[in-house]
Amino acid sequence: MSVLTNNLELFLRLFGQTLQLFAISAVLSLVLGTLLAALRVSPVPVFRGIGATYVTVLRNTPLTLVFVFFLFAYPLLEILRIEPYTAAVVALTLYTAAFVCEVVRSGINTVPVGQAEASRALGLTFTQMLGNVVLPQALRSVVPPMTSTMIALLKNTTVASGFAVPQAGSIRDALSEQGDNVLFGLIWVAIGFVVLVMPLTYVQQVFEKRWSVAR
Amino acid sequence: MTAASAPPMIRVAGVDKFFGPLHVLKNVQLEVPKGQVVVVLGPSGSGKSTLCRTINRLEPIDSGVIEVDGQPLPAEGKELARLRADVGMVFQSFNLFAHKTIVDNVMLAPQKVRKTPAAEARKTAMELLERVGIANQADKFPAQLSGGQQQRAAIARALAMKPKVMLFDEPTSALDPEMVQEVLDVMTGLAKDGMTMLVVTHEMGFARKAADRVIFMSDGEVVEDSTPEEFFSAPKSNRAKDFLGKILTH
Repeated sequence: MSVLTNNLELFLRLFGQTLQLFAISAVLSLVLGTLLAALRVSPVPVFRGIGATYVTVLRNTPLTLVFVFFLFAYPLLEILRIEPYTAAVVALTLYTAAFVCEVVRSGINTVPVGQAEASRALGLTFTQMLGNVVLPQALRSVVPPMTSTMIALLKNTTVASGFAVPQAGSIRDALSEQGDNVLFGLIWVAIGFVVLVMPLTYVQQVFEKRWSVAR
Repeated sequence: MTAASAPPMIRVAGVDKFFGPLHVLKNVQLEVPKGQVVVVLGPSGSGKSTLCRTINRLEPIDSGVIEVDGQPLPAEGKELARLRADVGMVFQSFNLFAHKTIVDNVMLAPQKVRKTPAAEARKTAMELLERVGIANQADKFPAQLSGGQQQRAAIARALAMKPKVMLFDEPTSALDPEMVQEVLDVMTGLAKDGMTMLVVTHEMGFARKAADRVIFMSDGEVVEDSTPEEFFSAPKSNRAKDFLGKILTH
């Protein structure tokens, strides 16, 4: 217990960093992932190809390698200088968006094809059909797997430890420098993650309940 | 006659369509003048539903020409969407938007496609729901309605776009028998009001009563094209005689 109470400020500050990394990457990857899913179901073959290629490349690459690229390789290209923190956000976003895309696409596939046909027959454009008819219905079946993807993102933020971007995963380093008990420190970090994930599970239940009555 | 210069509402000329090796539409010719009600009959698998779906390009064709109100069907895109807005379609399985209430189903396309203000769209939607007899169900979700009510809502949804022509793809085939009549009544009313209609159906009563013309299809071909009286009393082809024999004996 003393490991936690003696270093409360450290724990709070670094878990705060974790939350911030998670929140920014979550919002960005949800937006990007949904756009990618729209590409993957688009009637234009080139768009479908772009979406499929993106997913294949990013989903099949280890997250650590994506980090390595944006923190070490990308700066060598000298296009636009970015801070390590921004690079971490970019890596997490691009990686997670591939998973979000597949979750959204699987949701789109659960919507009966007649819904899209009726929209087209009424003269809705592809974007209008997706936004007004298909995605709102796809969201319902998407909630549980999307929550899992977001939980994975939250935990994946710790990969940033290896790249000098401070967050909860860096607590161990700080403790060991001070000569504190690292084992108990890590147990508290683990408990911290359990506590952070619980609200996500709660949000999942709320959405599942709300969207199940509205039909 | 006056119609000589006006193009037919629907013109299908030399249309062929394949599903893989299956030749589902064989050199189909069909013209539907404005205001006419055409019923398409035929055994299942004869291509009548496919024909209906090619007219607003839900099924693309392999060769031939399809024109709606003198305008050839454009390729997939904004222009096709504009043309589809003028062609109402009613499906066998209703296809109401499951996440929207009945009135929202009817309002959606006028608001998004025609940019009609919400208040006006709602007013028109309620008038149409009144016309098909389900105004009291306006705030329910589709799954809470009977099949007949859902299909009438789907007709109202199509009418809300003020279409030039209405396509019906077996509109009563998924209904319980006691609900068929309420849907046919709405369709008969539409026919009386002068709507141009192409109706794929198995309802012989509707064909006799409301149709100006009967098209009989078999194996992807238009076999007969005549008036209802002629078709039912004196069919010319053996295929039509065989078909009518099977239907009318029981």
